[in-house]
Amino acid sequence: MRKKKVGLIVNPIAGMGGRVGLKGTDGLETLKKAIELGAKPWAEDRAKEALKQLVHLKNKIELITYPKQMGEYTAISCCFSPKVIGTLSGSMTAAEDTKRAAREMRDLGVDLPLFVGGDGTARDIYDAIDEDLVVLGIPAGVKIYSAVYAATPTRAGELAALYLEGKIREVIEAEVMDIDEEKFREGKLSGGLYGYLRIPFQRGYLPGAKSPTSVSERYNQEEIAAEVIENMSDEYYYIIGPGTTTKAIMKRLNLDYCLLGVDLVYKKKLVGKDLNEATLLEKIRKKAKIIVTSIGGQGYIFGRGNQQISPRVIKEVGKDNINIVATKRKIEALHGRPLLVDTGDEELDKQLSGYYRVTVGYGEEIIYKVIYP
Amino acid sequence: MTMETNREAEVRGFHEAKWDEPIIFELSRKGERGISIPEVEKEIEEYVGDGVSVLPENMIRKKPPALPEIAQPRVVRHYLRLSQETLGADINVDIGQGTCTMKYNPKINDVLACSPKVTELHPLQNESTVQGALEIMYKLDLFLREISGFSRFTFQPGGGSHAIFTVASIIRAHHELNGEGDKRDEIITTLLSHPSNAAAPAVKGYKMITIYPNEDGLPDIEALKTAVSERTAGLIVTNPEDTAIFNPRIAEFTKIVHEVGGLCAYDQANANGIIGIVRAVDCGFDLGFFNLHKTFSSPHGCGGPAVGAVGVTEKLVDFLPVPIVDFNGEKYYLNYNVPHTIGKVREFYGVFPVALRAYAWIRSLGAEGIKEVARVAVLNNNYVMKKILKEVKGASVSFPKTKHRIEQVRYSWEQLMKDTGVTTEDVIRRMADFGFHLWTSHHPWIVPQPFTIEPTESYSKDELDEYIAALKKVTEEAYKNPKKVKNAPYRSAIHKIDPSPLNDPEKWAITWRAYLKKRKNWDE
Ligand SMILES: Cc1ncc(COP(=O)(O)O)c(C=O)c1O
Repeated sequence: MRKKKVGLIVNPIAGMGGRVGLKGTDGLETLKKAIELGAKPWAEDRAKEALKQLVHLKNKIELITYPKQMGEYTAISCCFSPKVIGTLSGSMTAAEDTKRAAREMRDLGVDLPLFVGGDGTARDIYDAIDEDLVVLGIPAGVKIYSAVYAATPTRAGELAALYLEGKIREVIEAEVMDIDEEKFREGKLSGGLYGYLRIPFQRGYLPGAKSPTSVSERYNQEEIAAEVIENMSDEYYYIIGPGTTTKAIMKRLNLDYCLLGVDLVYKKKLVGKDLNEATLLEKIRKKAKIIVTSIGGQGYIFGRGNQQISPRVIKEVGKDNINIVATKRKIEALHGRPLLVDTGDEELDKQLSGYYRVTVGYGEEIIYKVIYP
Repeated sequence: MTMETNREAEVRGFHEAKWDEPIIFELSRKGERGISIPEVEKEIEEYVGDGVSVLPENMIRKKPPALPEIAQPRVVRHYLRLSQETLGADINVDIGQGTCTMKYNPKINDVLACSPKVTELHPLQNESTVQGALEIMYKLDLFLREISGFSRFTFQPGGGSHAIFTVASIIRAHHELNGEGDKRDEIITTLLSHPSNAAAPAVKGYKMITIYPNEDGLPDIEALKTAVSERTAGLIVTNPEDTAIFNPRIAEFTKIVHEVGGLCAYDQANANGIIGIVRAVDCGFDLGFFNLHKTFSSPHGCGGPAVGAVGVTEKLVDFLPVPIVDFNGEKYYLNYNVPHTIGKVREFYGVFPVALRAYAWIRSLGAEGIKEVARVAVLNNNYVMKKILKEVKGASVSFPKTKHRIEQVRYSWEQLMKDTGVTTEDVIRRMADFGFHLWTSHHPWIVPQPFTIEPTESYSKDELDEYIAALKKVTEEAYKNPKKVKNAPYRSAIHKIDPSPLNDPEKWAITWRAYLKKRKNWDE
């Protein structure tokens, strides 16, 4: 059997800010500040924890990594003899290095690149290789919003091993989130859905998702789409929010769509793709409904990744015309925590709080609480 | 590995048998027969015909069925081997399969049920020849009325989930009679009710609305208020739920649903902790059911043969499936005269041996004895809970703010997993090495790393202690050497199975035929 190729990309500065009370390490200024405050790299330790779980496969896999602190050191300290590729652009590694490493690994036919970092690292990987490869994140960031990371580094290693050994095959699309760290530091959270990466899926290994789902994520999305479409009425415009769950509706209707954007549907036809607040308001001529799903691991239904559906749009449509859809995996991952709204308009957020019917399958709804933070 | 018998050890050694045993279809050898049936004698054929040509042409098979062809001794060996690779209720202290009430069912009741007086009965026999059997079912109905407060029972449904299906059918028939059958298309349940409470009405075409628990583990009454509407057909809930938390506001729940015109059904499949103590009608329920194959002395296994006895209040008696067993003051008879009957959900009147066991069990205990069952089940449960929380490191109880549990507890290994990486599935596999069965719990896992222990009334303190000692041993191992637990089991027939194909319909094969068909598409 061909040896499986495993990639390792460590973002050595990930997580440094958090240890000294900053909220991330994007941007050189923050990084300098972090070092001044005494931050020490810990991504390498996290990488080691994960890699240890692959040691038993040492003879069955080929480990490919980048020089020095981007993976080589970790690999060697775990007794691997890695194939080291590429060169670093300077002493302080930059986003460019991560991207280059990811692209080179794709070109070498790596089966599973593992990357160590946080949201920024996930975005770099996404920029470089999109959904071309199945990848997996080893968490080392401060506060991670993206859903592409395993629950812990150990879990990441175990999950990778299971996937490489062919013991699990299910692959899901997981969200990469873009949170503006500047705003974050000012105490303001503004985030967007940046894209999706493909990761292996097995219960118990991803954060929160500790439950055995009886159906795969994809089938669950299909049945939700079937339910929504069956209840569509020609009286309404449908604002379809971003996300794989909502866009399964567009796929089922055979309509063109924008995965990360907001689309508008009327009489099961596409009215507009990737619309913003103004174009939405302009195009809706009648009553409308909003179909949204929670985005990222925190359970936001408004205010993260779908800001186009602005307070004005929501007020126009009305609370009763909001239809929340979510896969069972997403709901279970909340562990009983309510869904969240944070539209930026506190009065509206207050009005939007309360109990909602959430579509979770074909002919299946749950009653779930929505609050504002 | 050799194993010596050690009578001093706190935890029992155990080694399961392992046979390389193919599936019965793979054992088939062309032409081999279990029994050779003699040719029909000429006189007989002249008298009764060939037995086949009386059938309509379109019902006669063109090809013989693809059944395995195997001689009798090979069949016997096959199933005995498989039976050695299981951990059944009669071989282990089976308290680890919470929600299933794996209690001891007195063998005397099996002796009764296996007597030729029972086994030689035919359901099509003339009523006058089965008066005794009908009397037993009629009286069992009376007992169950007393226990639940309902007005009438049917024993036709062949299991608990089937009983829920029957309940949904009665709810539908009731609304149809009022001209609201189409309008009322939603049934409400709670997340921690038994999953069949949602699954079976969905089969009937109902849209299911599920209420989540609040942080105390109780169904959220505010959510119920959002759920009810003129579309509500009914409420079907388990109480205590699968966590054994009893909803003390249940009467308010049924009232809220009644106010919008819905019916309320009580899943008392597992009544072990409340039997003789809580009556369904006092909680406001219109109908409900008991699993006779759980609480009432029949083993619960493999979906049958079983009885989900459905009871209804007076206003719903006219919807029951037919026939119901009745008494006219002189004789017992099968009553088909039920004005709005939902028809049949299964043939005949129910699995008689199961009804017989239930009857015998109730008679042997009496009214006080039945309450005693519930009290001891609750006492045993509290004993086990206190001991696990005190002695088994890494275990905790779900929804700790709520103190009381009825007959079982949904525990969590969350702490154990955080400390050691050992999951509930790992613990389960290691427990098998000590001859104990444990399972994770029903979907959905909103309690992380769950396991559910239901001690029932029928195990002694020593047996409960032995089970807890095994849990303790496994967790001690987990803290010392997690790999040891993670690599378990060491002494079972099957080591680890990969559950991921369960998420992929292309990989399911529930029948041999489906396997042969789907296998062609598998890559390896
Ligand atoms: C509360 C409850 N309801 C329903 C059922 C379903 O019963 P059955 O397995 O006979 O279909 C069970 C069985 O485990 C149960 O515990």
